[in-house]
Amino acid sequence: MSDMDSAPLTDRRMIKGDAIFKGVILALAGSILLILLIMMFEMVKESLPAIKKFGGRFLLGREWDAVQGEFGALDFLYGSVVSAVLAILLATPLSVGAALFITDIAPRKVGNVIAPIIELLAAIPSVIYGLWGVLVMAPWLQQSVQPWLIEHFGFLPFFQGAPYGVSMMAAVFILMIMIIPIITSITKEVLLAVPVSQKEAAYALGATRWEMVRMALIPYARSGVLGAVILGLGRAIGETMAVTMVIGNTPQISLSLLAPAYTMPSVIANEFAETTSKLHASALMEVGLILLVVTLIINIMARLLIWSVTRGDTGARA
Amino acid sequence: MLKKIAALLAVGLLATTGSAFAETLINGAGATFPYPLYSKWFSEYAKIDKEVKFNYQSIGSGGGIKQITAQTVDFGASDKFLSDEELKGAPGKLLHIPTVMGAVVVTYNIPGAPKGLKLRSDDIANIFLGKITKWNDSRIADDNPGVKLPDKPIIVVHRSDGSGTTSIFTDYLTNISKEWSGKVGKGASVKWPVGLGGKGNEGVAGQIKTTENSLGYVELAYAVENKLAYATLMNKEGVFVEPAIKSITAAAAGAVKHMPADYRISLVNQPGKETYPIVGFTWLLVYEQQKDKVKGKKLSEFLTWSLHNGQKMAAPLLYAPLPESVGKMVEKTIKGIKY
Repeated sequence: MSDMDSAPLTDRRMIKGDAIFKGVILALAGSILLILLIMMFEMVKESLPAIKKFGGRFLLGREWDAVQGEFGALDFLYGSVVSAVLAILLATPLSVGAALFITDIAPRKVGNVIAPIIELLAAIPSVIYGLWGVLVMAPWLQQSVQPWLIEHFGFLPFFQGAPYGVSMMAAVFILMIMIIPIITSITKEVLLAVPVSQKEAAYALGATRWEMVRMALIPYARSGVLGAVILGLGRAIGETMAVTMVIGNTPQISLSLLAPAYTMPSVIANEFAETTSKLHASALMEVGLILLVVTLIINIMARLLIWSVTRGDTGARA
Repeated sequence: MLKKIAALLAVGLLATTGSAFAETLINGAGATFPYPLYSKWFSEYAKIDKEVKFNYQSIGSGGGIKQITAQTVDFGASDKFLSDEELKGAPGKLLHIPTVMGAVVVTYNIPGAPKGLKLRSDDIANIFLGKITKWNDSRIADDNPGVKLPDKPIIVVHRSDGSGTTSIFTDYLTNISKEWSGKVGKGASVKWPVGLGGKGNEGVAGQIKTTENSLGYVELAYAVENKLAYATLMNKEGVFVEPAIKSITAAAAGAVKHMPADYRISLVNQPGKETYPIVGFTWLLVYEQQKDKVKGKKLSEFLTWSLHNGQKMAAPLLYAPLPESVGKMVEKTIKGIKY
């Protein structure tokens, strides 16, 4: 009898506890959404003067003149998108290769040494990468790499112009180096999550190591690897300090990788502290808004991509 | 045991709050250019007056103006003076107190070329307008007989971040070149016709150091510390002058005759044979009517001190002290601060 009495009591207590817990969690989750909304609202509010004054011209305009009060963001948009995409294209094969090497090819001991080293790279502050870029990499590019490229591939539009060192190329390289650790370490975890049975099965069927990777490992880990790449892209497009130091900060659209360029985070970082007018500050705020929207679009596209790749797939999701 | 700890904690708390009450904290924010000097001043002044503590954040002139206008700090600091419009936006009468002067130098990296390359003002404007593109251009070469100038393009480097240094430099270009003033103008960030953008003094200096045949502009102190070669410039009287403490102070002396009572004056291209042409004041911004009696008194005492003892610390850090005549004017202005 006493057992019967106490049972509902604990139930009631549990229900009460659950409700409190649910409320707290809901508040926490909601606060994140709230912060995003407030941020959006503030940014739109602050950039209203520029939106009103320039309208669509802001997005397609190429003039950026704080003295005359004329602002257009196309050159910065171009610089951000191109540098991030090129960096991803270079970093992805390298990172996936490195992750495969650590998990499946290198002897366990070697892998155990390399993995933490790569993860350590992710912890280096970006200003350090930037300083290294401007003091070591840019001169090297200017004196060795770029003259060689001009001499041998100068007929291509991508390698024309004078070698300055600081350039779109320097920014792409810095970004590549910065996102490799992120993509590698996530990809490594995803590959480790592939069941051993899956691999053994492939081997049992007489697959070579490459066939095992291609047929058992990659399909299973595909969505996880894609997720890692998207994270890398997000980091690349938002990176400010290191890029600002090596990209040359010249607003222009040039096919040549040797030419200096300018990105959205860079122009905000460069000019926001010393804005010359309300309109200038508002224009920079609108650049920030565009950056946010671009990041959102990339994320949505990435979700769609992952979704379409993994549809009807029994593979692991990351 | 627990009681003992609690008692100790309480005593500790009392002690810290007690000392905090005795100490007046004066907050300031603004220009990065005079920061090394100001932090020296504050630490030296702390030895003289133990009751006051200064806290200065070097967030840039623009930030300093914003914060003093919003009254979130007790004083601001700026390398550019406020416009009439900005002054109207402030809730009270803001005073400009000039503290020291600084110079912007044209620095370059030409392998084998000596220090002190001679440049006319027209040459500098033309280089930054993209009209002189090669080092061996006769307009540069004629003033520098005996210097072997390369047949290479001039790689121009400028600041990419908005800065007081850029403000002074473009003010100079606007002053000497009609074309520059028409096409580009002056400001903390402008639309540069040519060149690469480096972030901060260190970004510009880094690019010039590592790029042969480059040219850019940085603050004098920065060029000296980093052993960059800098040019000797022709001044208004047609004399080539090297940037140095003496030639910078001469710029303010040249401007004394038409010094306005609020010190809002540009010091570029001032008359005088010994005057270096790219010079600017840096100011502290304080309200004439101080809200807090104690803070106002301490601030005004400090300003008076900086005008006498403080000026002596300027030269070793490569800032030019105010000429005596200007110092006397400023002393009167400081006496006018009410609290």
